[in-house]
Amino acid sequence: MATLNINGRDVTVDVPADMPVLWVLRDVVGLTGTKFGCGIAACGACTVHLDGQPTRSCVTPVSAAVGKRITTIEAIGATPAGRRVQQAWLDLEVVQCGYCQSGQIMSAAALVAKNSNPSDADIDAAMSGNVCRCGTYQRIRAAIKQAARAPSAVKAGG
Amino acid sequence: MDRVSRREFLIAGAAAGGGLLLGWHVDARGATSPDFAPNAFIRIGTDGRVTMIMGQVEMGQGMYTAMPMLLAEELEVGLDQVRLEHAPPDDKLYANPIFGFQATGGSTSVKGLYLPMRRAGATARTMLVAAAAKRWNVDPASCRAERGAVIHTPSHRRLRYGALAAAAATLPIPDNVALKRPEDFKLIGTRAKRLDTPAKVNGTAQFGIDVRLPGMKIATVAASPVVGGTVAGLDEAKAMAIAGVRQIVKLDDVVAVVADHMWAAKQGLAALSIRWDDGPNAKVSTADVVQELDAASQQPGVVARKEGDAAAAIAGAAGKLEAVYQAPFLAHTTMEPINCTVHVRSDGCEVWTGSQVLARVQATAAQVTGLPLEKVVVHNHLLGGGFGRRLEVDYVTQAVRIARQVEGPVKIVWTREEDVQHDVYRPYYYDRIAAGLDAQGKPTAWTHRLVGPSILARWAPPAFRNGLDGDALDGAVHLQYDIPAILVEYVRHEEPVLNTGFWRGVGVTHNTFVIESFIDELAAAAKQDPVAYRRALLGKSPRARAVLDLAAQAAGWGRPLPARRGRGVALMYSGWDTYVAQVAEVAVSDAGDVRVQRIVCAVDCGTVVNPDIVKAQIEGGVVFGIGGALWGEITLKNGRVEQSNFNNYRTLRMNETPLIEVHLVRNLEPPGGIGEPGTAVTAPALANAIFAATGKRIRKLPLVPALKT
Repeated sequence: MATLNINGRDVTVDVPADMPVLWVLRDVVGLTGTKFGCGIAACGACTVHLDGQPTRSCVTPVSAAVGKRITTIEAIGATPAGRRVQQAWLDLEVVQCGYCQSGQIMSAAALVAKNSNPSDADIDAAMSGNVCRCGTYQRIRAAIKQAARAPSAVKAGG
Repeated sequence: MDRVSRREFLIAGAAAGGGLLLGWHVDARGATSPDFAPNAFIRIGTDGRVTMIMGQVEMGQGMYTAMPMLLAEELEVGLDQVRLEHAPPDDKLYANPIFGFQATGGSTSVKGLYLPMRRAGATARTMLVAAAAKRWNVDPASCRAERGAVIHTPSHRRLRYGALAAAAATLPIPDNVALKRPEDFKLIGTRAKRLDTPAKVNGTAQFGIDVRLPGMKIATVAASPVVGGTVAGLDEAKAMAIAGVRQIVKLDDVVAVVADHMWAAKQGLAALSIRWDDGPNAKVSTADVVQELDAASQQPGVVARKEGDAAAAIAGAAGKLEAVYQAPFLAHTTMEPINCTVHVRSDGCEVWTGSQVLARVQATAAQVTGLPLEKVVVHNHLLGGGFGRRLEVDYVTQAVRIARQVEGPVKIVWTREEDVQHDVYRPYYYDRIAAGLDAQGKPTAWTHRLVGPSILARWAPPAFRNGLDGDALDGAVHLQYDIPAILVEYVRHEEPVLNTGFWRGVGVTHNTFVIESFIDELAAAAKQDPVAYRRALLGKSPRARAVLDLAAQAAGWGRPLPARRGRGVALMYSGWDTYVAQVAEVAVSDAGDVRVQRIVCAVDCGTVVNPDIVKAQIEGGVVFGIGGALWGEITLKNGRVEQSNFNNYRTLRMNETPLIEVHLVRNLEPPGGIGEPGTAVTAPALANAIFAATGKRIRKLPLVPALKT
């Protein structure tokens, strides 16, 4: 048994300690917004935040997440950076198939939360672990810049 | 387009729960078929709710926005007023007019449905207006429709569609309805926001892999690593000892571990230590495939296009150039790994998945279970990428075979390794091409013999006619250059060591690489500028020449570049009725690594429904094309695919993505396809840019390994 803090709530799960957080979220807790893409931390589709740090949940065992705050795509809109990133994604029509975008948004939100003026090199460093087969990279880059520039006090729903 | 629009007509009837149900019939299968059946539906409830049922599936290409735009434009409703539903499987009701059955792919949706969708919307609007006019006892011509309501213009009386739906359903269907004039469009041609995006930024979008059902188990599979192999043995007890593993399903060619969650299933699969009997392909390598293709290329093929006597013209020409071009096997690696959820009961079967060919999903489930078609219910979902992979139902067939052995619903999820090693791959193509040249280096004759399997002969047998595969030849037979003698031949050569199918850009991707690389070779041999050389041969193709001019101008063609940097140009045309010119700019390091600096595309796809989605498709297609051209390659050793995941099957990433500019030519030509041209045009532009930067001509994809040898 392990108790995980997921999106601000404590959830107790009966799973092996070495089970990756990805499968706990998707198959046990039922939060399917976090995606399976490769299983070896090579594509970023499974990115969540552990205490605000972008983390590949497909290779992060439950034991490494106990005692930390897990934030997923379902709750990232409750953070100022997450909300701005989601809005920029809508404004610039970033999304195509959308499957990788949960992970893209989680990586981008972590970047925007700590860097209000990311350079192209900063974006490359933060985002090159996230694969998009639809090829939305150019719009992701522009949306990150917009989200980082946006005023931090965006009204809910604004 | 004409072929379809002449035969279509509309039907109407009472929708379930009241209201107006409207679709249309298309006989896209030819004049001999007696069947006419509706292929899309608008449902307007008495509550005023407008539902659009999406016969074309959404895999990122924007169909859940473009199709509603076409319907809503003529129906006179706002996109904010409509709800979308996935269509169920039905080859007649939802036939793609270009294929004649239910399928989304080949850049056909807008091209094939631009007029039929609008007519469906216009007919519904005409009937709603007629119902209002009847109620008010006024001339329909004195009424107009606007945002889901009919208004009597002189009196300003107004009735919402919901209040008119029941009456409209009883009216006769008008034979001919007037479509709006382009100058009156409110939606078509605008950057309307995508309807599928909000759910895709907050984790609520439902892909097939996200299905959750009461009592559902999760399984993962290992199929024979060699095509034609079988299971020889496994350690079932070791897998069953893992917590959460519930069942092992062993079939001849595949093993599934059924568990409470994917982690247990994956561990169980590893614990099985499956031993395989590899069968007849046990020793095959890529070199064996190439050797056979080369042998096949020595023989004449079936003639696909013939003008003049090209062989004689080449024999008598002042100069001659010939080359062999090769394009490798490629995997799709859709971001959503292959998955399918199935519940087989004695009296029926349900399937949950994302597919480009829903009726085929239903048909294979019926065939495997022995149930009648109507007992198989298919729930479609958003597709986490298609690129041609989900035009196949191999994974559905496999999932149903496994699910027959399982009590309750089971979600079968392939690992990425299983996906890369059991794809339905883009075929290996092998092309022989030659040209005769006059004293100025201008081509007087052109021969192109392409060798590869026929995907159509398997996937759509009636489309394989007279020994010719229209997909494999697409683009090659459309050669736009004005050359007096042309011979295009097709040698069908199957490659049974791997299953092969459609890959984004389909036949055009490989043909454009061959043609546009070779024409560049001719320009270089003539010591002429590659743009000017092409331009002089495009006198009979003004649309091709216009995009070439636009791309060259936008890219600053001819401006000097530093050492080891170069620009390459390529032109694309095909049965999609879309013209694209691309200028690629690359930098090549001394070690042979290629950095793509900038891509400029000029696009003429005729009438544009949504320019932002068109641009997004080109941007995405280019990214798909760059990764494939630079590094994409599936290779075989001892019958096994050597690549396994994103760490060794390389795709383009953020830090490698160049600036991509898309310039649209706007005109009123019929709409062409747009999902694939961006991919198809990219490899030759890069190959030509590498030639400009290094002087090295690469005739075998992928480019970077070839550059380094």
